[in-house]
Amino acid sequence: MENLKKNILVKLEKAGVIQNNKWLVKDVSLQIEKGKIVTLIGPNGSGKTTTAKIALGIHKNIKGNVKKFTDKIGYVPQKISIDWTLPIRVTDFMQLTHNLENSEIENALSLTGVKHLIKNDLRNLSGGEFQRVLIARAISKKPDLLVLDEPVQGVDFKGEIALYELIKTISEKLNCGILLISHDLHVVMTATDYVVCLNGHVCCSGSPTAVANNQEYQKLFGDRASTILSVYEHRHDHTHSPDGTVKNK
Amino acid sequence: MFDDFFIRALIAGIGIALVTGPLGCFIIWRRLAFFGDTLAHSALLGVTLAFTFEISIALSVFIISSIIALILLKLQKNTKLPGDALLGLLAHSSLAVGLVVIGFLSFIRFDIMGFLFGDILAVSTSDLITIWVGGTLILFVLNKIWKPLFASTVNYDLAEAEGMSPEKANAIFTVLLAAIIAISIKMVGLLLITGMFIMPAAMARNLSNNPRQMVIISIIGGLLSVLIGLFSSLEFNTASGPSIITAALFLFILSLIKFKKNSELKQ
Repeated sequence: MENLKKNILVKLEKAGVIQNNKWLVKDVSLQIEKGKIVTLIGPNGSGKTTTAKIALGIHKNIKGNVKKFTDKIGYVPQKISIDWTLPIRVTDFMQLTHNLENSEIENALSLTGVKHLIKNDLRNLSGGEFQRVLIARAISKKPDLLVLDEPVQGVDFKGEIALYELIKTISEKLNCGILLISHDLHVVMTATDYVVCLNGHVCCSGSPTAVANNQEYQKLFGDRASTILSVYEHRHDHTHSPDGTVKNK
Repeated sequence: MFDDFFIRALIAGIGIALVTGPLGCFIIWRRLAFFGDTLAHSALLGVTLAFTFEISIALSVFIISSIIALILLKLQKNTKLPGDALLGLLAHSSLAVGLVVIGFLSFIRFDIMGFLFGDILAVSTSDLITIWVGGTLILFVLNKIWKPLFASTVNYDLAEAEGMSPEKANAIFTVLLAAIIAISIKMVGLLLITGMFIMPAAMARNLSNNPRQMVIISIIGGLLSVLIGLFSSLEFNTASGPSIITAALFLFILSLIKFKKNSELKQ
């Protein structure tokens, strides 16, 4: 029991937020443990980002309980826009919330494959490059808890798979807990330990297989749900070209 | 070689430029230009209260500007009016109330132009002490909160999530703005202080590619503006405050020309 407690990084108990007399999300209970990946899925406006922000302590005035057991947090927000008035290079951005050695910056950037951009202006990066920098920044200080809000948006297909593999490796190597928000059901089902399906509240949760078989989940995602299940059942032994055709290894 | 008052003006101007340089960068980054203006307008109310209660002008302006700034932070959270409307509301109401109060103070000889445009040539030794001690304090605090303030400038949520307490940093920054306005109002004047914030920083933006560089160039630009402005006001017998701002404008235009050449080279 003592051990179990130590492994918990964040615990939400019936947490929720009301804004303008409307629940953004209600009664969410979940916990994130060391070395485990928890994924939030759900349609637009179902409260995924809000739930992540509750866990991070960004939302004040929340209902319910949130207990945070770590301060070493890496966060990849869903959206960041850099104002033109602010001159900032990748290397400056990497040190936004903590100081890093040059070698630490380079290591983190090469993990996500963007080391060559270190001196570039942050605003001149493409969407995919920017996401890679965001992920590199979040993992650079070896956090206990990583919160990734759609971390691979805009990344090309091959890079997407590589980044999800990287996220998986990081969680194992650093033994950190990860809260992942993803639209990519395929990835969710193959790379996660625990899935929470949201739709303004927790509509179902559990292991990927349990959620995939859940009726509520199937109702929410319709036809896609059943195809995903079949994807989950087969072992991935090949890669795909950008147009979706199968390339054997 | 130069008169004492001119030397004092130089020392005062240099002290102010050292502080407005970095603060100006944050004002530009955070799109607070109008906010600085609002605080400066509210300073007039501070000045009149200083005369009414016979307290130090710097102290009175500092208190009033801080209060206005904190009211603004509160209003932004609790009303649905957009930020610029709230700023306009506070700027003009505090300016108007200030002018009304002046009307009641007919027994005092009051040089309102002096506070609108400042008189850097009338700086006394005690003013110099206020500027340099106050300025050092401001820079010291700014240096302390640099990291959280910068992080929250880039992205508030990210700063909050990673334990940087951005709300605290923002509040402290606001007080620092009120403080520099308080110590420089006599010298630069409330209509020109925003120019001292924005113009060197805007020039620096054209010439820099990272935040630290922009701050350094902004300080250098402010210092040059003070030097060029004061010496030319001596040479051509023009008003000193506006001369400093005109010099800053001149530097800004120069920075634009250089910027164009650079981008041509890149192509």
